[in-house]
Order: sequence, then structure tokens, then C-alpha cells
Amino acid sequence: MDISNYLYLSVILFTIGATGVLVRRNAIVIFMCIELMLNAANLALVTFSRVAGNLEGQVASFFTMVVAACEVVVGLAIIVTIYRSRRSASVDDASLLKS
Amino acid sequence: MFNQSLALGQTATPEAVQFWILAPIAVIAALGMLFMKKAVHSALLLAWVMVTLAIFYIAQDALFLGIVQIVVYTGAVMMLFLFILMLVGVDASESLVENIKGQRGASILAGLGLGGLLLSLVARASVNQPAAGLKLVNQTGNVQSLAGQLFTQYVWAFEVVSALLITAALGAMVLAHSPKPAVRNKQRDLSIARFRGKSLADAAGLPGSGVFARHNAVDVPALLPDGTPAPTSISATLKARGDVISPAPFALEHSEEVEE
Amino acid sequence: MRTSSLLVYLIALPLFSSALLLLLGRIADKWGHILATLITASTFVIGAYEFMKMQGQAGESRAVTQKLFEWISVGSLKVNASLLLDQLSICFVLLITGVVTLIHIYSIAYMSHDKDRRRFFAFLNLFIADMLLLVLGDSYLNLYIGWEGVGLASYLLIGFWNHNPTYAVASKKAFVANRVGDVGLSLAIMICFAQFGTVSFEGVKAGAHGASSAALAGIGAMLLLAACGKSAQFPLQSWLGDAMAGPTPVSALIHAATMVTAGVYLISRSNFIFDASSTARLLVVIVGAITLLFGAIIGTAKDDIKKALAASTMSQIGYMILATGLGPIGYAFAILHLLTHGFFKAGMFLGAGSVMHGMDDEVNMRKYGGLAKLMPITAVTFGLGYLAILGVPPFAGFYSKDKIIEVAFNAGGIKGILLGGAALLGAAITAFYMTRVMVMTFIGAKRWKAESHPHESPILMTLPMILLAFGSVASGFLLSKGSALVHWLEPVVNSQNVEEGKPLMPALTVSLLALGVVVIGAAFAIIKYRTVSDVAPEKVSEFTIAARKDLYQDILNDRLLVAPGTLLTAGLVRADDRVIDGGVRFVGSFLGATSDALRKVQNGFVRSYALLMLAGLVITVIAVWVIGA
Repeated sequence: MDISNYLYLSVILFTIGATGVLVRRNAIVIFMCIELMLNAANLALVTFSRVAGNLEGQVASFFTMVVAACEVVVGLAIIVTIYRSRRSASVDDASLLKS
Repeated sequence: MFNQSLALGQTATPEAVQFWILAPIAVIAALGMLFMKKAVHSALLLAWVMVTLAIFYIAQDALFLGIVQIVVYTGAVMMLFLFILMLVGVDASESLVENIKGQRGASILAGLGLGGLLLSLVARASVNQPAAGLKLVNQTGNVQSLAGQLFTQYVWAFEVVSALLITAALGAMVLAHSPKPAVRNKQRDLSIARFRGKSLADAAGLPGSGVFARHNAVDVPALLPDGTPAPTSISATLKARGDVISPAPFALEHSEEVEE
Repeated sequence: MRTSSLLVYLIALPLFSSALLLLLGRIADKWGHILATLITASTFVIGAYEFMKMQGQAGESRAVTQKLFEWISVGSLKVNASLLLDQLSICFVLLITGVVTLIHIYSIAYMSHDKDRRRFFAFLNLFIADMLLLVLGDSYLNLYIGWEGVGLASYLLIGFWNHNPTYAVASKKAFVANRVGDVGLSLAIMICFAQFGTVSFEGVKAGAHGASSAALAGIGAMLLLAACGKSAQFPLQSWLGDAMAGPTPVSALIHAATMVTAGVYLISRSNFIFDASSTARLLVVIVGAITLLFGAIIGTAKDDIKKALAASTMSQIGYMILATGLGPIGYAFAILHLLTHGFFKAGMFLGAGSVMHGMDDEVNMRKYGGLAKLMPITAVTFGLGYLAILGVPPFAGFYSKDKIIEVAFNAGGIKGILLGGAALLGAAITAFYMTRVMVMTFIGAKRWKAESHPHESPILMTLPMILLAFGSVASGFLLSKGSALVHWLEPVVNSQNVEEGKPLMPALTVSLLALGVVVIGAAFAIIKYRTVSDVAPEKVSEFTIAARKDLYQDILNDRLLVAPGTLLTAGLVRADDRVIDGGVRFVGSFLGATSDALRKVQNGFVRSYALLMLAGLVITVIAVWVIGA
């Protein structure tokens, strides 16, 4: 099997995640789409690591996971805070920059 | 196609089967995540995608990463998502009507553009050499090799990332902490409350425990003027535990002679 | 070449007095005119002195120069501010300074009631300075300065009473028509510089032999255009009639004796150009012939005495221009006619002014009649001028005009017969309308109102007229005796080497022919104007109507030049507003509109911003890929 298939899959998942960020309104679902994008990138990294025959890709993927975890923590905390004050989790409500 | 698979990739057929079963399901799950009305459904579908990816990692000899993907990502991160969803409103379902004009069409267009772009880039950038595979590297085991990399070549990044983790945890605590409105009764408040109570029986405070001058232990109730023990002089906890001693042995024998 | 240090005073003295009178203002009111007259008299004295010195020299060395300063030295163009007084210039200098002194004396009395008399004299002196600079300049560029200056001075003098809108418009018309001619002079100077690398008369004369015929024809045509403008020749003659709006001394000076003769001077001075280009010469004779008939025809229908005299000037200068186109010998006769014309026309204009002065500034000849008895001196001097212009021997015009007709006939072939015939016809019509003027003004029954009491003019006015009458009588004879003027001008116009062809008819025949047509014309006029109505008749022939309207020249100018010009400017103004200003306004409103449209992109929604980021990323990657490929 062509190893590029993993890369194609990664691209497709990335695209789906990117489109999801633009289309969904719920802040948490947007966040989940971002996580999907990160995971797709991780898949690509692991595939490249296999192709290259060293562990560099896996190390990068590892760090990506850690950072993604931190990001999720802080991001969800922020969403909770915003939800507490606004009682709504829709990103369309934060439109104060409207000219 | 068959020649291609022999020339490049050189992955065995079982892997192909596995890929071609799981990958479409993952894609469908991702698309489903996009289209679900309820956020909880989206979260669960994402969890499925992550599990699929973990299987792929393991299939590609990234054992440590595959397990970590399940444990950390699916287990911790997605569960965190679900907890927050529960906080925010599990039943909240989003209406699928788009209220920004042209956003949906433009987004799909942009997404397709991005996808097409990246696909064509990947297709043009052919993987020139056969996949080396990780057999050699994993000779001493994947975890050991990975650890060897992490703690020698990437130790600085490792330390920084750990600092990041601590910071993130602190940040989450600070952000998520909801300050309760603490009503701490001070001494003055208590005094005022005593005098404004229904009866002034306890205005001067509860009677102290112990028999006057004979045994002033905490677990011995005080004696009322008619010789009966006062129930309010003993802590309720001791009473509940049954540690209260009767005050009879400590009562004065010649109480009448004293009265004369 | 002899040098003199006096030439500059000819120009500097009048210029200084003009400036003084203008700057001192009311202070100089009491004595300004006296000073101006004395200054002009002194220029005449200087001119006469120089003339005396010239007479003592041999022919070739009579010219005198004076270099004032180096004026232009740019690249290969070097022009000095120098003055040249040769045989041609001295004729003009004497004519100008002499006639102008007489006119100054006349104006002291004529303008005595005008509170702006001082300003009038200042402008007169300015005119003198510029006219003298014109005839004394030694290069085309120096001439041009004087040329422009006299145009300015004539504008100031024609519009002297500019509180009257008609007069102001007339002065403007004169200036504009002059300007068209000035364009011709500028172009001629430019072509000279391009061809010869120099604009001085000597330089151009030296280079004229080797120049291409196209260049010579071009220079000649442009110089002719300039002369037409200044001398009121066809097609730039429409301003001369209206220029009679100025005070009569102005008409006498500028439009009889001096300024309008500047064109003749220019052509005579440029004889080397015209002699070398037969095309230019042909144009000159055509213009001259047309104008002499044109002026004569117009003159027959004018009831305003000054306008009739103006038409007569136009016609007589047509004679002079015709003469200058007839070859080297023609220049001398043109100058001869110019000098005699200066006397009798100025005299007649001053006479007209005297009549107007006596008739309370009435100019309509139909309101005159029988004035000879009441204004005898005026009548006699005017009459002598009249006889001179008719060409009756032995008065001045006989010598000059007959010579021109003779040279015209001798030009050869069909051209000669046509030109000679035109000149004869012109003479006949001249006789007709001048007799008409004489009869309507001085002879016959009186037609003036009872209130006006015509009286003879004061001595200050009659003295110049008498002196000019002497000129009308004697100048022709004196200048022609022994071909004096012809020989005098030979070194300048190179007329000595021309061999005379066989004349068409003997000189005596020409003179008798001319005299004959003059008598016929005069008799016709006397018969027709025995009785004159005091209002202009309505039922007249088409011809008369056309002549009254200046042969439709004004209407033609209006339709051909003014109307398209007005359309053009209106169109340009509209284009400026719509296109240029509109473009600027459009830029502003366009920016505003696009800003308004773009503002809507900032809708405050995070998702649309995210969409823009993604789209930008995709486009950037595609662009990098395509460019890199």
C-alpha cells in the first residue's frame, strides 16, 4: 500500500477540521475541530517518521500532543469563564468588533 | 497499483486492509462531527476518530505514541471536553441555520480549495525513497528509543514543555475558580445574632461543660440548679459518639447542708 | 559703420518724459503737456541733426549705429540692444518726430478741456519712444520690442476715454487684431533664427542668398501677416474703423502718419527677403491690391468723417504695400507715398478734428454742410490735403501715387495690367469718396442744427494744420526732384542694379490716365452730392449696404473666428469641469463607495475572520506555487 495514503487521510481530516472551524457556531465544537486538525498533523508526522526511518517525527508528534493538551486545558477554562458571564457558548455573540 | 505497492511503501497487505476499512470510517466520523446538532455527539465522534488514529500509529510502529494517544488524548482531553459540555449544557443543540450571509458557501469553497491544494501538493511531492520503516530504530524497543531521543537531544524542549504544562494547570485553576460569596460571621455578628434571637436564654452563651470545681472535663455535662445535667453544655459530636460521662459521681453529697 | 551716441536719446527722452508724467500724477497737470511737447521737439532736433550729418557722407557710409548693451546671449543666439540709423530709418524718424511735434502742439488746444490731458501726453510720448525704437532697431527682435510697444500705446490711446464701453471695446479689438499680426512677426523671427542663426538685419541679409525658397517664402508670408496686422491690411483690417474711437490727434498720429506705416517699414526693411522670394512678393501685391480697393469701397459709404478718413488710410496703405511688392524700385515709391501721405492724411485728420471741435464733437457729415465760410483755415488746409490725396498735380500725392500706378503697370504681363487697373480704379474711387467728404462737409447748404455755432479753431490747432498743408503741397515735388528719394534709399533697398524693363506705356500716359479717372470720380461725386439729406437714406443698393457694414468683414470675423473660439473655450470649460474636476470628484466618491462596501467585511464575527484567514492562506500558497513553478 502506498504510504502516501496516510498523508492523504491526514490532509482530508485537516480540511474537514478547517471547514468545521468556519461553519460551526458552538465554541466547544470549534475547539474540537481544532483538535482534529492537530491530530491530522500528528498522523502526518508519524508517517514521515516511518518514511525517514528515525524517531524525529514521533518526537515532534509527542510534543504536539503535550502542547495540545495544555491548549485544551486553558482554552476550555476560558470558554467556561465566558459562558459564566454570558450564559451562551456561541462565538457569534462576541461581535463587538463590528464596524 | 500493485506494482506501486511493491515498489514504494512496501507495507504488507494486512495493513492495507486495515487502512482501507478504518480510514473511510474515520472520514465519515469526522464529517459527522461536523454535521451533528448536539455537541455531545460531535465529541463522541471525535473520540472515535482519535482511536482510529491511535490504531494507525500502532500500525506504523509508533507504539508509545499510539498508547499515549488513547490515554491522553482520547482519555483525558476528550473527557475534559465532555465535562465542559456538561457544564455548558448537554442538551444545548445548535440550530444549523447559518446567519452570516455567504459564510457557509464560502467556507465550503475555501475548504475544498485548501483540500485540493494540499492533496495536489502531496501528490506532487512523491516520497522518493522506500519507507525505511522503524525496525532498526525500534531495536531496543520503541519506548526506550523515544526516551533516548527525548532526554538527550530534545531535553531542552522537554523541560520547556513541562513548564508549559504547569503553567497551563495554574492558568486553568485561576480561570475556572469561581469565587464563592463567603459570608464569614465575625465575633460581632455572632454577638448581635445572639441578642436578636427568639429567646434570650442563650444570650450570654452556652453553659460550659464540666462540674464546677470537681471535674471540668469536656465530656461531663454541667449540672443545672435542680441537679439535672444541662444538655447544651456538651458538644453535639460527643453526644453523637456517646462519649458523654454522667456527672453523678461528681455531684456534691451534702448539698442540703451547704444550703443551710 | 559710423557710431553715434545720440541715437539713444531719441528713445530715452520721450520714454523718460512719459514715465515722469505718469508717475508724478496730478502734480504735473499744469506743465506736463509743455514738457512733452518740448521733448518731442528735441527729438526732432536730434533727428534733423543726424540727417545733416548724414548728408555730408557718401552713400554707403551714411548709416550710423549705436550699441547700447549686450542683451541676449543664450547658446547660439546673440542679440545686442543696438540702434541703427540709416537712410530708410531717417525718413521715418523725421516724419515721426516732425508730425508728432505738430500733433503735440495741436493736442494742447484740442485736449484743453479734458482733465486727463497729462495722461494723454504721457501716452503720446510712450508711443513716440516705441515707434522710434521700432524704426531704429537693428535686428528683428529689437524691432519687435518697438512693435509691441506701439501696439500697447495705441491700445492705451484708442481707449483713452475708456469710461465709454464702445471705445474700450474698440481699443481691445485693435489690440487683438494687432496680436494676430504679432504672431506672424514672432514666427518670422523664429524661422530666421532657425535658418540663419541670427535675427539681425545684417545677418539675415547675408544669409538670404543661400536660404531655401520655402524658408524665404515662409519668412516673407509671416512678415506680411505682421504688416497686415499693424497696417490694417486685408484680412486684419477690421480694427482701423473702430479705432477712430480715440481722440482725433491719436487718429492723426497713429492711424495716419506713423503706426500704420510700420508694416510698410517692416517690408521695406526686409527687402532682401522679399526680393529673394517671388511667392512672398506675389502675396504682398495681392494683399495690397485687395486692400486698396477694399478701403476705397468702404470709404464711399461712411457718414462719419473720421471713419471715412480711416477707410482712406487703409486704401492708401494698400497702395504702399502694393508698391513694396513690385520689386526694388517699388520700395522707394512706397516710402515716397508714405511720406507724402503722412503729411496730407495727418493734415486732413487734424482738419476733421478742427471741424469736430467747432461742431461740438459731431462726427456725422450729414450734419455738416457749408462750413467753408465759417472755418476758412480748416477748409483751405483740408482742401489742400484733399487735392494731394487725389493726385492732382503739382500737389504731393500726384508724384507718389502716379509713380506707384506706373510701376504697377510695368510689372509685366497680365499681372501688371491687373495691378495697374486696380490701382487706377482705386484712384477713381478715392477721388469719389474724398470729394464726397469735401462736398458734404465744407460746401453746399448748411444742415447743422441751430444750436451749434461752428467757429474756427484756436491758433494752436490751426498752426499745425497750416504747416502740414505746406507738406501736402510741396513734399511730393521736393522729394521727387531729381529722383532724390530714390537715390537716397538706393544703398538700403538695392534698387540701383535693377535694369528697367520696357515700360508698358509712357509715364505721361499713365499720369493723364490717372488724372482722367480722378476727374471722372470727383465729378460723379459732385453731381451726386449736390443735395445731401441729413439722415442716411434707407433705400440704397446692396452695394451701399455692404459698404456701410465694412463689406461684412466684422460679421465674417465673428462667424469664422470669434464664434468657434467661444465654442472652443466653452467646450474646454465644460471638459475641465466634467472630465478633470469630474475625475477628481469621481476618485473621491469612488473611494468613499469602496470604503463603504469594504467596511461591511468587518462584521465582527470571528468565523468570517477565520474564513478570510483561510482563504488568504489558500491564495498565498497557490500564488507561491504558481510563481515558483
